[in-house]
Amino acid sequence: MTTTTMTAGGDERLKQTPFITRLMRRPELGALAGLILIIIFFSFAASGKMFSLAGVVTFMSPASQLGILAIGAALLMIGGEFDLSVGSMVAFSGLIFGVALAVVGLPPILAIIATLIVAAAFGALNGQIVLKTGLPSFIVTLAFLFILRGMTLVGLKWATGGSTQLRGIKDLIEGDPIAGLFRGDAFTGLFAWMAEQGWIETFKSGKPKVEGIPVEVLWFLAIAALATWVLLRTRVGNWIFASGGDAGAARNSGVPVNRVKTALFMTTACCAALVAILTVLDAGSTDARRGFQKEFEAIIAAVIGGCLLTGGYGSAVGAFFGAVIFGMVAIGLTYTNIDQDWYLVFLGMMLLGAVLFNNVIRRRVTGER
Amino acid sequence: MSANTSTGNGSTNGAAPLIEVRDVEKHFGSVIALAGVSMEVHAGEVMCLLGDNGAGKSTLIKTLAGVHKPTKGEFLVEGEPVDFNSPRDALDQGIATVYQDLAMIPLMSITRNFFMGREPRVGWGPFKRIDMKYADRVAQEEMLRIGIDVRDPGQAVGTLSGGERQCVAIARAVFFGAKVLILDEPTSALGVRQTSMVLKYINQVRQKGLGVIFITHNVRHAFAVGDRFTVLNRGQTLGLKSKDEVSMDELQNLMAGGQELQELSEELGGTV
Repeated sequence: MTTTTMTAGGDERLKQTPFITRLMRRPELGALAGLILIIIFFSFAASGKMFSLAGVVTFMSPASQLGILAIGAALLMIGGEFDLSVGSMVAFSGLIFGVALAVVGLPPILAIIATLIVAAAFGALNGQIVLKTGLPSFIVTLAFLFILRGMTLVGLKWATGGSTQLRGIKDLIEGDPIAGLFRGDAFTGLFAWMAEQGWIETFKSGKPKVEGIPVEVLWFLAIAALATWVLLRTRVGNWIFASGGDAGAARNSGVPVNRVKTALFMTTACCAALVAILTVLDAGSTDARRGFQKEFEAIIAAVIGGCLLTGGYGSAVGAFFGAVIFGMVAIGLTYTNIDQDWYLVFLGMMLLGAVLFNNVIRRRVTGER
Repeated sequence: MSANTSTGNGSTNGAAPLIEVRDVEKHFGSVIALAGVSMEVHAGEVMCLLGDNGAGKSTLIKTLAGVHKPTKGEFLVEGEPVDFNSPRDALDQGIATVYQDLAMIPLMSITRNFFMGREPRVGWGPFKRIDMKYADRVAQEEMLRIGIDVRDPGQAVGTLSGGERQCVAIARAVFFGAKVLILDEPTSALGVRQTSMVLKYINQVRQKGLGVIFITHNVRHAFAVGDRFTVLNRGQTLGLKSKDEVSMDELQNLMAGGQELQELSEELGGTV
């Protein structure tokens, strides 16, 4: 066989991949299309306030809390595993954080670090059990869904002397610069200035209606960007896809599959802990029902974002869009005359639609041979 | 596909074989999977490992690949005794194994598969990232070298045919500096054209001076590219033949333990 003499980049005889084909190959395509549809729907059905600055901030807040969980869930799903315990982990981390602040009396920075360490430890435990026993992560983390929720209830009652709510955290963190990274609004100066210039809506007093961007939105954006970069551009990202795509083939090629999966479980748990810290600081209290059923919403957002249930395929940007869709619909319905309980119907239909769509896409990507 | 290919580079005499095992045994508890196997492979030759199911082929290659440790016997790489603890050790010695169905991940791109586990990186500290430009270019060049014209190295491996996937897996091993290639039944799941594509590529790899251990139970495939043939039966080396001293029928008989197949062949009025 004649060996083709190739000069670097000498591929003028290779066709440029058509734009549509390249677009179809993006896992987040479905989520983006869904987002556009939802925006079109609400621009007709909802009052104009929804897409004002105040309206956007209103739906981006819940979207961010869910989105941080969804990005963790998406990474883990691409790596071929599930974590059903993230919702309970939010409540449990809230307990750890609340107790560290209010009962132990740690300064906020140490309380935050302690919370993240405890969450990571439970994530690692989840991962080790899954990897060592070979049981499906579905069942192992389902067990932790109950274990962590139960421990939160018991722990809160122990810490408060019988209540399932721990209050009075606000006073402990007032004025703390580290806690400021996790609560309130950012860019308040900029927004005040923009209000002065008359660029954004203001109250009669001259104060802007939106005082700044909630920090959770910034966390959400930063985590989505970081996760995307890691997945698409780093070695670890390649290992995540490989571990989820075919653990055996990945191992044969020298990918440390077990380390990758354990790290992913820890990341997912830390995402839950971050959400717990954000919500506890925001509300000034923690209670046992925090994060209830969030694990399902996070997984649905990841699936809407193009993650395959079988692993090895998906995107963090997709999960980002998925979470925004969630926030938009949950909040958007209040701007319409539609009964809000349609939300649940929508949730189920969205999941079903996304799974069907993902199947078609997968067939396209692999050429189905 | 021409059955007549250059025989070795005469390297059989002179330099030490790339891999040699002598009377290797492997026991799993009370099961004796290998009961004294000897074989060797030299640079620039294709050594075919033939044997029926259960003959011990898989155990032998897993031992060579560092997955199992031999219970008894000698294992030499280029004349030096070795003791592998993991597949990584074998890889470091230039022994690369291409498994039949565990080589490529269909949902990942050709580039990502090609460099899986050995990603080229640029950048500094925590900002180290995969050098995608370089990786894409190399993947595309290496594919062209095999004769597969990919329009885009970003396309998923799932869009390639089975034969192409095997070739990519082999090309990857060669690119990363393998001296010995162990191919675990690379043609068993392939059609005729796909098979000839893989066999052609095996021949090319041999001409580069690599040693190839080609596991198959298809004598025709073995005979097409093989220089020498080791037949395993029930954990033992049954025969070690070079191409000029054996015919296809003889090999077939050796492999099946002879007798029964002969009878069946007569019964069916043809060759099996």
